[in-house]
Amino acid sequence: MTGTENLTGSALDLVIRNSKPADVPGVVKLDERITGLNKSEYWVDMFERYGRRKNRFFLIAEGPSGGLVGFIIGEVRAWEFGSPPSGWIFALGVDPESRLGGIGSKLFSSMCSCLTKSGVDTVRTMLARDDELNMAFFRSQGMMGGPFIQLEMDLPNPDGKPNGKRV
Amino acid sequence: MRLQKATRCALYAVLELAKESERQISAADIAEKYGISANHLAKVLRDLTRAGLVESMRGAGGGYRFSGNAKRVTLYEVVHMFEDVGQGVRPEAGDDSPIGRALNRVTTEIDEIAVSTLKSITLSTLLKLTDRLAAEQLLSDKNS
Repeated sequence: MTGTENLTGSALDLVIRNSKPADVPGVVKLDERITGLNKSEYWVDMFERYGRRKNRFFLIAEGPSGGLVGFIIGEVRAWEFGSPPSGWIFALGVDPESRLGGIGSKLFSSMCSCLTKSGVDTVRTMLARDDELNMAFFRSQGMMGGPFIQLEMDLPNPDGKPNGKRV
Repeated sequence: MRLQKATRCALYAVLELAKESERQISAADIAEKYGISANHLAKVLRDLTRAGLVESMRGAGGGYRFSGNAKRVTLYEVVHMFEDVGQGVRPEAGDDSPIGRALNRVTTEIDEIAVSTLKSITLSTLLKLTDRLAAEQLLSDKNS
């Protein structure tokens, strides 16, 4: 699988399907092109956990000649801090050279269909505050700030001293 | 978050023009539609023209036309032209105290969220939201 097919201007010939074990190397390559990091083990694990279980979805976008040009992963989560079952999207990747071709939108709408069929009526995601590209994409699909807010703190080192990440 | 008057005028103007980018609309028509001062709007439109977001069309049927890319221009770019948003904390008395530092941490967090929200919403996305809310309102009116 290659990650480069010029689809700019049309997503008509795009096929969205469930992932297969043979897709994992293509996902690893595409993710590496986007993030600059090779996370082979992580993606093998992601496929095991999300590629073939109920209410978990690992979808692939395939270009006209069968090349992998995008992926999206989501699942149904329930009762985290009182939240009724809802859809969660936590990974999305689109071939940088094929952006603005409707691949992300088609992956997103396919994921929403899967989640709807699983019985939920809300979909959520969580992004870095400075991830303008993905933030603008999800907002363009109609997503807005929801009733939950992400909080975090740095954990101290095992010796009890501050880890120094935050000044 | 309350936007200043000039910022709201600019957003009304740029969004109204971006909605039909081929159409020329007069400042008077925009002012009337949103109930804003025509003089105030004229000044704001000059700033938007200088920034390349709108262009002024002369002659009969003249007016203004959107000249940016609605899928690229974000609310932040327009807001930032007229007011400081997320510019960090201005030095104030008490900043160096422990409570001052903690307060600044919280206000910075609020600023960062505001900036990130404005930077992630393009004019095109806001126009889609406008249509969606209008459709919801229509449905609600029908059902009541």
